[in-house]
Amino acid sequence: MTLRENGPLSPYRILDLTDELGFLCGKTLGDLGADVIKVERPGGDAARRIGPYLDGERDPEKSLYWFAFNNNKRGVTLNLEAAEGRELFMRLVEKADFILETFPPGYLEDIGLAHDVLRGVSPRLVQVSITPFGQTGPYSRYRATDIEIMAMSGCMSLTGDPGKPPLRVTFPQSYQWTGSYAAMAALVAHTQRRRTGRGEHVDVSAQACMLWGFSHAHTFWDLNRSVEKRAGSFMTGRTITGAKMRVFWPCKDGYLNFIIYGGEAGRKTNQALVEWMAEKGAAPAFLLERDWRTFNIERVTQEEIDVMEAPIAEFFTGVTKREFFEAVTGRGMLGYPVSTAQELLEDPQLAARGFWQEVEHPELDRSITYPGGFARFSEFSCGIRRRAPLIGEHNTEVYGEFGLDAGELARLENDGVI
Amino acid sequence: MKALEGLKVVEAAAYAAGPVVGKHLVDQGATVVHIESRTRPDGFRTHYPPYKDNIHGLNRSGLFALCNSEKLGVTLNLKKGPGALALAKRIVSWADVMVENFSPGTIGRLGLGYEALKEVNPRLIMLSSSNLGQSGPHAHHPGFGSQLSSLAGFTNLTGYRDGSPQILYGPYIDYIAVGYGVVAVLAALEYREATGRGQHIDLAQYETGLQYLAPLLLDYTVNGNTATRDGNRHPEAAPHGAFPCAGDDNWCVLSVASDEQWRALCHTMDRPEWGGRDEYATAERRRKRADELETRIGEWTRQFEARELVEKLQAAGVPAGMINGMEQIYDDPQLVHRGQWTRMDHAEIGTMSYQRAPFTLSESDSGPDRPDPLLGEHNEYFYRELLGLSDEEFETFTSEGVID
Repeated sequence: MTLRENGPLSPYRILDLTDELGFLCGKTLGDLGADVIKVERPGGDAARRIGPYLDGERDPEKSLYWFAFNNNKRGVTLNLEAAEGRELFMRLVEKADFILETFPPGYLEDIGLAHDVLRGVSPRLVQVSITPFGQTGPYSRYRATDIEIMAMSGCMSLTGDPGKPPLRVTFPQSYQWTGSYAAMAALVAHTQRRRTGRGEHVDVSAQACMLWGFSHAHTFWDLNRSVEKRAGSFMTGRTITGAKMRVFWPCKDGYLNFIIYGGEAGRKTNQALVEWMAEKGAAPAFLLERDWRTFNIERVTQEEIDVMEAPIAEFFTGVTKREFFEAVTGRGMLGYPVSTAQELLEDPQLAARGFWQEVEHPELDRSITYPGGFARFSEFSCGIRRRAPLIGEHNTEVYGEFGLDAGELARLENDGVI
Repeated sequence: MKALEGLKVVEAAAYAAGPVVGKHLVDQGATVVHIESRTRPDGFRTHYPPYKDNIHGLNRSGLFALCNSEKLGVTLNLKKGPGALALAKRIVSWADVMVENFSPGTIGRLGLGYEALKEVNPRLIMLSSSNLGQSGPHAHHPGFGSQLSSLAGFTNLTGYRDGSPQILYGPYIDYIAVGYGVVAVLAALEYREATGRGQHIDLAQYETGLQYLAPLLLDYTVNGNTATRDGNRHPEAAPHGAFPCAGDDNWCVLSVASDEQWRALCHTMDRPEWGGRDEYATAERRRKRADELETRIGEWTRQFEARELVEKLQAAGVPAGMINGMEQIYDDPQLVHRGQWTRMDHAEIGTMSYQRAPFTLSESDSGPDRPDPLLGEHNEYFYRELLGLSDEEFETFTSEGVID
């Protein structure tokens, strides 16, 4: 088998001891072919209790959250709290290239599996430790779920209506940011190891990963001591009059994202919108007569914006999201509909690129449509190679590769080690 | 030593999606050359605030600074005919990696498509980052990352159930693509180490964004469910949200995932009796009474300073955090402890806080160690020293306006 078929990371074995904070790290490296072994506690990972679930059944083998972020992994169970479990773990470490873990700082030291101990048996080991705030420092022992990470990174201060509480994205985002940036960290360490032959201990902070989630808002403070804040569903900061522009518009079947912009991009878009409205007999004279080349967004007043936005709002209420998408792509306008999952699944662009992947789930006697690989490589395939593992599904296979026979496995299972 | 020392990267890229890939590579030691033209500098220099002291200037942009620290800044006017094409190809033959984020088709029209470049350098890894991808019926649609976050469904998941979707700050999805872009480049490097072959990577920001929503996409493909926004509420945990603290617009968050944490919260609030109340006994019941519960908790939290309250709750085992504003994150004790910011002097901006990687490596150093380049700052150094142009060649390219 070749790297072209199996992916560039197929020569490497990864032990994945992460919870939801790190799932996407192993999954992403698995998209690139790595042999990722998910090590779960006996009975299965707690994260198998995260919904949504297949048919709404709260069953650890039916978590769609698990399916989505643990595909490309084989699965074994192992009790690290038992001495024999740790011995077995050290045998795995000896032949592993990476360990990914999300234990609270200090936990692995406490059970005798500190980084130095692991490096002792495998000097070239890359250990990626992923936590909300990092391995050391004043908040390193703080407990955090998605909302705490979103809060302390600064993200939430920029989301929500002024006068109401700051908001997070309802579906957790920080875990994915952390997992995918941890994959970057793993490969940086690996690149160094290729040259030096030496492993690395990588310390990934979710709070720090999330700093890129709001790009550059903090530079306004750094440079000019002005504070960017949440603005609900309006665009601010584009005018010297303080006027704000509507971003979200109700349409026939949901919402559209459209903004009256200035500059060259705005000129084209505004012109194209008015032409479209005119074709439907919905463009008032003052919009038709407007010369967009002289439209100066910086000096526009709120009153002028309100007057312009009123007929546009009226027009959009009669437009479907699909009609809007066809108009923006066909007429070269800026703007997009606010998609739901259904619209994403029906998007012709994603379909044409073969983005969706059918993955067999023989245990369910069906296949499931998944989002495919994160990028398209001209030399090798990137995407889902196997569905997420069932609890302990690969115990025999994986432990067999490490030289354990059926008798030993049965005994370990009996003793609650696996 | 830094992990990526020796790696040579050229960026025919502007704004965020391309250059921040280079930013992560340069932070780990790569040599990254950022190409601009005086006729068309990076848009972050010209079109996006903040500018130092709110005075526009090509070398005063905070956003350009953030995204381009330590890079070499050179000018090359790609539209300047065969001379420009020849020089661009010399740069490509020097480079290991090229990053571009023109709209699809543009780089090919300039004569610098992958097929042409691999003739020059078969080991080249070329990353093309775009809105919707290099192929497909809508490949050529020009879009902004801020609006692409709506097409990909993120804003649909932000806001209240009965209200409008809400904005995610900036081009949220661009930086999701950036993380994957770096992963893609390093994976292609690994492949090249093993096979000697370069390649082209087609990275669609849209498709990278959808990775972050995968469980909800499965919920639709499997169950036909369409997820929507629900403020700060959580489908399982309660209470779960943001609460006011003392002062003006100060907030904390807390989340209660278990009944044990609920009782710990009640104790901390000096309301141990709530921990025993039937109507709050399970997460499901607490979710049903979320409005009432959130009001009561808010009455308690507003007596405290956010930091003080968070320490109290954390000590009791309840996950909690303060909502850091943009004026607070440079002083956040944890980020400071990690050395998240490195303050360096920039010729026109003065002192600027440059951002470091979100991870540290035990055996390798990381940057940035220099500020971002002024427009064309490294023309002499790069073209003469690194690329090896002769004096005569350099002068010809300059007088022709190729190096502008």
